[in-house]
Amino acid sequence: MMTVGIKIMPRDVILDSQGRAIEESMKNNGFKFEGLRAGKFLEVSFSNENKEDVKTEIEKMLKIGGLYNPLIEKFEIIF
Amino acid sequence: MSLKVGVTRFLGTNCDQDVRQWFSLNGHKAEYLWFEDQFNSNDYDMLVIPGGFSHGDYLRCGALAARTNVMKSVREFANKGKPILGICNGFQILCEAELLPGALLRNKDLRFIDGWQTLKVENTTNAFSKKMSVGQTIKLPIAHGEGQFYADSETLKKMVDQKQIWLTYENNPNGSMLNISGITNAKHNICGLMPHPERALFDWMGSSDGGFFL
Repeated sequence: MMTVGIKIMPRDVILDSQGRAIEESMKNNGFKFEGLRAGKFLEVSFSNENKEDVKTEIEKMLKIGGLYNPLIEKFEIIF
Repeated sequence: MSLKVGVTRFLGTNCDQDVRQWFSLNGHKAEYLWFEDQFNSNDYDMLVIPGGFSHGDYLRCGALAARTNVMKSVREFANKGKPILGICNGFQILCEAELLPGALLRNKDLRFIDGWQTLKVENTTNAFSKKMSVGQTIKLPIAHGEGQFYADSETLKKMVDQKQIWLTYENNPNGSMLNISGITNAKHNICGLMPHPERALFDWMGSSDGGFFL
């Protein structure tokens, strides 16, 4: 079994209001940092353990299956 | 003329009966279309994708609904140039299906908002604004958490040039670009809006301006 992570983040040009709200709360609590953005993380498991096959399949899920919306999001596949 | 209207139903659609009644009141015949089934696009004159929380709003609003069987037929219907109206979640579904440009993001203050909005009619080039005139204002209710219209500047410019901006908010409640509340595709047969015309049909409902759509 191979489990692969997909990180989906709002594109930089998108005003990430969720991230902003979290950032504001953290800063109000005295934490000091430069920026915070919020996205989502998916884990997908495959019985096929061939990395190339799995990567191809995940890319299809992202682009054809609509796992991410290229207008507003970017992704990273994490093995 | 009495029209035959298809009204899509996904898991979590909740404005389907209101929409059906709205069309019945206007002398049209509305039928439900189940999300798992395809339909013959010749069987209908008009389609409505009503609001709700299709498929739990999971992944992104409208994303899962946009990839169902019924939407394959909706796409076929759209390609024939026939009129389609997406209301609220229906608007989100049409954007996710790329039948309308742009995307709908979380409201700028992150909260679900509802209440009455004054809208300005910007263009009347579609089948759902035959009784409207450009510059007119109408009063309709909104109820959404993800209604902030977003498109990149190039797309927005194209939309303005092609007269695709249909309705705008007088007091932008959700941070939408150009105060956008409703849009059409470039061919003007596919329309989407966040407010609910089917919830404003008689004065006792607070407004009867939904009457301008049919």
